[in-house]
Order: sequence, then structure tokens, then C-alpha cells
Amino acid sequence: MTGPRGKAGTTLPLRKARDLSTVKLTDIEKRFGDYVAVHRMSLEMPEGGFVTLLGPSGCGKTTTLRMIAGLLDPTAGEIQIDGKRVNDVPIHKRNLGLVFQNYALFPHKTVADNIAFGLKYRGVGKSETAQKVKDALELVQLPHVAERYPRELSGGQQQRIALARSIVIEPDVLLLDEPLSALDANLREDMRVELKRIQERIGVTTVFVTHDQSEALAMSDQIVVMSAGRVEQMGAPQDVYNTPGSEFVARFLGASNIVEARCTARDETSIVLEAPDLGRIVIPADRGPQVNGTGPVKLVLRAEKLALSEDKPSDGVISHSARVETVDYQGQAARYFIRLGELQLQAINMIDTHPHGEGSEVSASFRPSDCTVLPA
Amino acid sequence: MGVEAREARQPWILLSPALVAITLLLFVPLGFILVYSFWLRTATGADVAGFHLDNWAEALTDRFYRDILLNTLKIAAITTVVCAVAGYPAAYFIARSNRNKGFLLLLLMLPFWVSYIIRTMSWINILGVSGALNSLLLWMGLIDEPLAMLYNEATVILGLVHFLMPFMILNVFVSVDGIDQNLESAANSLGATRVQTFISVTLPLSLPGLAAGGLLCFVLAAGTYITPLVLGGPRDAMFANLVFEAIITQLNWPLGSALSLMLLAVLGALVLVYNHFLGMAQLMKGMG
Ligand SMILES: Nc1ncnc2c1ncn2[C@@H]1O[C@H](COP(=O)(O)OP(=O)(O)O)[C@@H](O)[C@H]1O
Ligand SMILES: [Mg+2]
Repeated sequence: MTGPRGKAGTTLPLRKARDLSTVKLTDIEKRFGDYVAVHRMSLEMPEGGFVTLLGPSGCGKTTTLRMIAGLLDPTAGEIQIDGKRVNDVPIHKRNLGLVFQNYALFPHKTVADNIAFGLKYRGVGKSETAQKVKDALELVQLPHVAERYPRELSGGQQQRIALARSIVIEPDVLLLDEPLSALDANLREDMRVELKRIQERIGVTTVFVTHDQSEALAMSDQIVVMSAGRVEQMGAPQDVYNTPGSEFVARFLGASNIVEARCTARDETSIVLEAPDLGRIVIPADRGPQVNGTGPVKLVLRAEKLALSEDKPSDGVISHSARVETVDYQGQAARYFIRLGELQLQAINMIDTHPHGEGSEVSASFRPSDCTVLPA
Repeated sequence: MGVEAREARQPWILLSPALVAITLLLFVPLGFILVYSFWLRTATGADVAGFHLDNWAEALTDRFYRDILLNTLKIAAITTVVCAVAGYPAAYFIARSNRNKGFLLLLLMLPFWVSYIIRTMSWINILGVSGALNSLLLWMGLIDEPLAMLYNEATVILGLVHFLMPFMILNVFVSVDGIDQNLESAANSLGATRVQTFISVTLPLSLPGLAAGGLLCFVLAAGTYITPLVLGGPRDAMFANLVFEAIITQLNWPLGSALSLMLLAVLGALVLVYNHFLGMAQLMKGMG
């Protein structure tokens, strides 16, 4: 749904009709006194891309975003937008759209005045402002709330208005700090789709901050996983998810089994592991790029890649018999905790008719190519 | 008794000691004063009970009382404006200093530990003929004779500003402190400079605190009688000094009662106007 004026009639420039901007951070560091909130971080965000900073609370996501916005000065390093250094450009001249978790709408202004706020400082005329406000309201699918005050809107509506206010100024970069976290679960998923739709339509380069992995996986072109002020890994959602680059990433994204193992041999094509209770496993070399010699390693196996079944599985998989200890029934899927020798592993499997019962004997199988090997 | 009925009664039970105290200490004396104001004082000095409008006629028509009332309101207004203009930046600074907020608020409270009368009298030691300022100027050779700086309208206003500034700062502080700083960040990011952000976001959102502080300053200044007594000259009497004069010096309780009710009515009207626009809740925030 794009409102009565349709795509062609809007005054908001759409994707390709405008220059898109890149954001580049080079060795950015932020200290608060002795405390280092962000350690020498370097990132390049492609034009028109949707990049997510993902990490647990306190890992420095907001600090990084505020440095890009110009609300904080980096202690060291350089920030470039569109190839130009902006470290010394004050925030009001950076032309960025900023959206906060708590919406930050001006409570003493109507919705229309909130959206028009940024246009006022750009010398946009009265009738053009009215038209842009109308188009922005249509873009966020709230065409009838212009004269209301923020407090008269629901949380989801307020967040749409905050988004409208930040994109109506045609920002070079859109910065979003946990914009969906204050919404309740159902609304959050709707807004996720909505936000992505709007971002794709106007094509603005976007930096999105969240601690919610499913938001990050669903929306991003690129995910930057952060921990304690450092970048743990960056890459496309599938790559980060399927090939975690560190134990932190493996644990933070999704549910993983991490098993201590020994690498007994490594060559161009494969890594040979010896793991307690799992025996000898031969894994393709590209699943463990960081492993370069023999010795202790960690074997990572995603919970949904561990399949439980009552009968013997087919060839090409590694299979062991195990006992189901706990079943966490989730409707279409179930999360099982199984005992395999000394190991306790978790498996998330779709449910065909009914889940495996607690205490039942099953065979647990996985493909070596679904494993990841990390240095210990 | 149902749960709801019991819950409805609970606040009244909790409030009752305070209500009893307020009734006994405020409304009962006020009732006496209202009754007194219709009595008559005879030439012999005896009060005659009854319903006489003589005091009210004198209080409302005599130009002397009217001029002093207007002058009192003028001094209160000037004091309020000075407190607002000088107090706002201080309050803003305290609200926005994340590290020393508690310490700065403590400093703000510090004057309350010294009696208001002593704080007022301290100006005599500073501005008096043999006070600190004159001594300094004499010592520096800038003047030959001590300057007469005390006992005029300006020193009364100075004393009142000194007394009332913390009330203004506290009220504005509460307001500014309650403003989400993300609002200012959002305004900045949308292209407003810091000054434009202040004018279009911070100031409008802090107006309730400014109004509450203004009301407190005005009412307290208009009702003051110690400051003009200590720092004012013979022609700087304020309205409360008239009430004091009538009741204590002339022992004319009926006239003093009528005058004090007149001041109460003027200030009460102001409070009602404030309440109509902003509500009392804002005032409570700034005082607690
Ligand atoms: N103004 C500040 N002064 C001191 N420490 C701060 C300040 N802002 C953030 N921090 C610290 O920096 C770390 C990172 O904070 P933040 O970027 O807000 O984390 P996130 O957004 O990932 O939850 C936290 O440990 C936080 O306590
Ligand atoms: Mg944060």
C-alpha cells in the first residue's frame, strides 16, 4: 500500500533517484575517562546498505552510533560520510536521520509540526513543507494523524512518526538506535517488515542498532557483531549465522553446541577432529579457516543442524544414539536437550506429528559440513 | 464495608492529621481575621464588635495604601524577572551537569541552613558605610568618602533576589532535568543549532517550571516584610510592613486585618490564574 498518490507522485526521492552515501569508520575509539567503550573499530558501510550493529547491552553500539551522528566525539580515529571526513562537522550540519528507542517526539508539537521540524531549517517553503509532511505520513501509513499530539498516538504510531520526521529531510544516512525495542512482540515484527519496506523504497544508507538477533538477521544486508567495544565479526546474515567466527558469535546468535575437540590433522581440503563421545569427524577445510595447525579446537554445531530421529539415518552423516532429557515444546518446533555419552547437547527440530518424548532413545545425527571449527 | 469503599476512605484517614492541623492553624485564624476586619476601633483604643465596613472603605480607597500595594507588586515583579533571568542559566547548568548534579544541588540548599534574617542582614556588612565593599574601595583609593549604598529600593530587590533565587533555580531545575535529552539530540540532528534547539524545544518544555518558580518568587516577594525592614529606607515600606505597622505598632487589629486580607486576595487571584493554566501539580514538583 503506498497511499493515494502512488509511488510516482511522492515528493520523497526514491531509490536510485538520489545519490546514496557511504559511511566509513577508521580506527574509531571512544574512551570515557579510563574506560574504553569502543576499541579501534573500522567499518565500511556500502551505499544504500542496511548495516546492523548487533551485540549485548553495554557493548558500545549506541556509543558508535552517536559518534557517527556527531553526538559524541571519537577519542581517536576518523569518520567519513561520502568520502568526506566529518569528525569536525557539527551534528546539525551532518544531514542525518536519527531515530531513538523512546521515539523522542517533541511533546509540545503536533505530528505535522514534528515532521516539519527539520524542513524549517532547510528553508523549505510553506506549501512544499505541507506536501512533504503529507507524503511522509503516507509513506508511514498514518495519513490522518497530522493534527494530533504525540501522546495521543500508540507506541507503534509514535515510532512511525519519528521515522517520518527523520526521513522527510532526505538524510544522507539513517541512524536507528533500537527503534523497535519499546514495542510489544507482535507489533515489533510488523514494524520490522514496515521499516525494511520503507528503507528499501527510499534506499537510504542505514545503520541499525539492536541487541535482538532475529531483528538483525531479518533486516540486514550486513551484520556487525560487537562485544565489549570490539567487532567480533561482520558479514551477511547467513554467513555470520552459518559460519560464526568466534565462540561469542556462536553463542550470541541462535543456539549452538560447542564441544571441546582436538585437531589431529589438517590439509588443504579437510580438518580431522577427534571429539569425546563423537569420535572422529572429517570436516571440510573451509569450515575452519582460522584453524591452522593441530591441537585443541572447538567444534560448533547449530542446534537446528542436529537432527533427532527414531530410525537409523541415511549415509553421509555422523550419527550417535542419545537419550532425550528435556523437551521444550514450541508449537511448530521443539528444543530438546539430549544426553550423548558425557555430552549434553541441544537440538531444535521441526515437529512432524508429535515431539520425541522425554527419556526416549533417539539417534542424533549431523553433517560434518554443517559444523564450524574454531581455535580453542 | 466493601474493598472499594475502604480504599476510597484510606487517603482521607491518612490525610486527617494534616487536615486537622491546617484547619486549626490556618483556617481558624483566617476566620478570626475576617471577622476582625469588620470590627471598629474607637478613639479610646477599644475594639467594637459588629459588621462595619469602615476599615474596608479606608483600605480600598486611601491612595496611600493603593500606592504601596502597587509598589509592592512592582518590586515583586522586578525580583521575579531578575530571578528568572539569572536563575534559568544556573538551573540549566545544574540539570545538564551529569557528574556534579548532587553536589551542585547541595550547594543550592546550603543557604537554607542559615536563617533568612541573618542572610538579609549580611548585606549590611557588605554594603554598609563601614562594610566590606566600601572598605575595599577606600583602601584601593577609588573613593574618599564611603558610598551610601544601602537602604533603597535596589537593596530591597537585591535582598529579595538573594532570598528567592534558590526557589527559582530549584523549580526550573526540576523542569529542565525532566526533559529527555534525546529531544535535544533529535532537534540537533534535524538541523537546529544549539541555540535554535534551546528556543524551540528546551525553553518551551521548561516553561511550567519557570512559571512555578515565578509564582513562588512573586508571592513570597510580595508578602515579605523583613527585607524592606532591614535593607530598605523609610520610603521603601512594602505592603506587609503596613499590616505590621497597623497591628503591632498602632494595635489597630481591625484595619490590619482588612489590609492583610486585601493582599491575600490579590496574591490569591494570581495563584488562581496560574492554577487555571498550569495546575498546582507543577508547583508541588518544584517544591519537593
Ligand atoms: N557518557 C558516558 N560516560 C561513561 N560511560 C559511558 C557513557 N556512555 C556509555 N558509557 C559506557 O560505555 C559502554 C557502552 O555503552 P553503550 O554504547 O550505550 O552500549 P550499548 O548501546 O551497546 O548497550 C557501557 O559500558 C556504558 O556504561
Ligand atoms: Mg544502547
